[in-house]
Amino acid sequence: MSWFKKLLPSRIKTQGVSRRSVPEGIWTKCEVCSSVLYHAELARNIEVCPKCSHHMRISARERLNNFLDPEPRIEIGSEIKPVDKLRFRDSKKYRDRLSQAQKQTGEDDALVVMQGQVKAIPVVACAFEFSFMGGSMGSVVGERFVLAVEACLLARMPLICFSASGGARMQEAIIALMQMAKTSSALSVLRSNGIPYISVLTDPTMGGVSASLAALGDINIAEPNALIGFAGPRVIEQTVRETLPEGFQRSEFLLEHGAIDMIVDRRDMRERIASLLTLLLHRPAPA
Amino acid sequence: MNFLEFEQPIAELEAKIEELRYLGSDADININEEITRLQKRSRELTQSIFTGLTPWQISQVARHPQRPYTLDYIDRIFTDFQELHGDRSFADDHAIVAGLARLDTTAVAIIGHQKGRDIKERIHRNYGMPRPEGYRKALRILELAERFRLPVLTFIDTPGAYPGIGAEERGQSEAIARNLLVMSGLKTPIIATVIGEGGSGGALAIGIADCLIMLEYSTYSVISPEGCASILWKSAEKAAEAAVAMGITTARLRELGLVDEMIEEPLGGAHRDYDLVADRIKQALLTNLARLQARDREELLESRRKKLRTMGFVQ
Repeated sequence: MSWFKKLLPSRIKTQGVSRRSVPEGIWTKCEVCSSVLYHAELARNIEVCPKCSHHMRISARERLNNFLDPEPRIEIGSEIKPVDKLRFRDSKKYRDRLSQAQKQTGEDDALVVMQGQVKAIPVVACAFEFSFMGGSMGSVVGERFVLAVEACLLARMPLICFSASGGARMQEAIIALMQMAKTSSALSVLRSNGIPYISVLTDPTMGGVSASLAALGDINIAEPNALIGFAGPRVIEQTVRETLPEGFQRSEFLLEHGAIDMIVDRRDMRERIASLLTLLLHRPAPA
Repeated sequence: MNFLEFEQPIAELEAKIEELRYLGSDADININEEITRLQKRSRELTQSIFTGLTPWQISQVARHPQRPYTLDYIDRIFTDFQELHGDRSFADDHAIVAGLARLDTTAVAIIGHQKGRDIKERIHRNYGMPRPEGYRKALRILELAERFRLPVLTFIDTPGAYPGIGAEERGQSEAIARNLLVMSGLKTPIIATVIGEGGSGGALAIGIADCLIMLEYSTYSVISPEGCASILWKSAEKAAEAAVAMGITTARLRELGLVDEMIEEPLGGAHRDYDLVADRIKQALLTNLARLQARDREELLESRRKKLRTMGFVQ
């Protein structure tokens, strides 16, 4: 504690972001600037704090809802459901973790795929559901992603993927690891067919997802201040026994080191991606 | 000889044999008979311990400090090995060795993780944990192999990709991902052999293959048992349980249909007889390579992709 903090009377010390003192439902407190925000207003702003532009986490469906044109939309791969092939059990059964996550999120697994349009350009868009077991990639995520790629191949449509994931799903062990190979293999076919793939890395994109499908965009875009990397910051800290530099593994750091093409504010994402696609597809500028 | 914890009974017996030998050299009494008896017991003991190894014990054998490493096998299996260095943009990563060599009469490209034996060498090899430049060196060799129609043989033995500041700065994720992309579309046969630890993305980054071979006491997993235990059980002490739950052993991975061939190790593990294991690997490489090279390259690539496409279990 600094000498200045010691001088302050204890009742005016606050712990910054800690307690959520606002009741659930109508109001949300921004964890960065502490502004109290009206839910409906926040939703209109695609979960970006209107005061400080902090990008909050957003559900997969809300993400796709804001990204795609309202019509037409066809969900891909929703019939694919997880199975517990290994009968994995840690302190809890994987099966129980799955049903708990399903109840909590209303999703069957951590990836939602939707065929639709962005400013009238036909696309397939996928989004990770981070609240579903940390957006971890197992067989269902891998399979749905490949189905997305195959839909793109079939109709020569570009692919966009919004990733938010802690990495491979440990409960699916080696099978989860192999999803890295499976998704990358599908992307290599997409690439050799000259179909654009735009990868949008959002907070957080780590481990096996960042080291496969998320890193392989023809264009890689990140949202501001997203945590993106291979190894988690804590693991690195324990290995190298140094404190990590300021802003380490954040979008701005990645841009600086050449890992991504650009950082785009969520509120501009639709416009920017539509514009990029028209350039890659030799189409006239979007309306 | 270096013994693991569960091998202690064998270690004690072997120490006794050594002691008797030492005695025997300066005593008149003939103790050869006793030594032979103890040696037989030591073999039986090893047999009984090794038939019931748990996944956690197997992962310790896979990491045994005397286990043969990639260069030990290269020495014994290939001729004319010419090591090739560097990624052409940043550095030469010593945790990955690569080069050209001859397998009997066939010219091949080799890529393998390399661990160090003593402290100095371990540091030099970064404990077999590659940084992005290692994967980019591998990528360079992969592409070179495709250009010159050389089959690629990889040897996997790593705890995982190195979690360091520089590694992240230089794009560890991209380096691994790019290798997955390129290997899944490489127009030349690839055989991967797991000789020790198959640690996560760091292993997979040189692991996409038409044929996956695993030594009997090697492992392949999404995360180390310790890592898994500390995340899911909140305690690294539960590594043994995590090793069982994840099914990291050759036997289990074969049941899941991920491994094409298992190579049996000598009693007590590969480190008991380098030459024998090297010879078995060589035979496996020769047979599989002949099989793969007989196939049309496009068709081979098609079936590699098909195999990757079907990975996973869903409803």
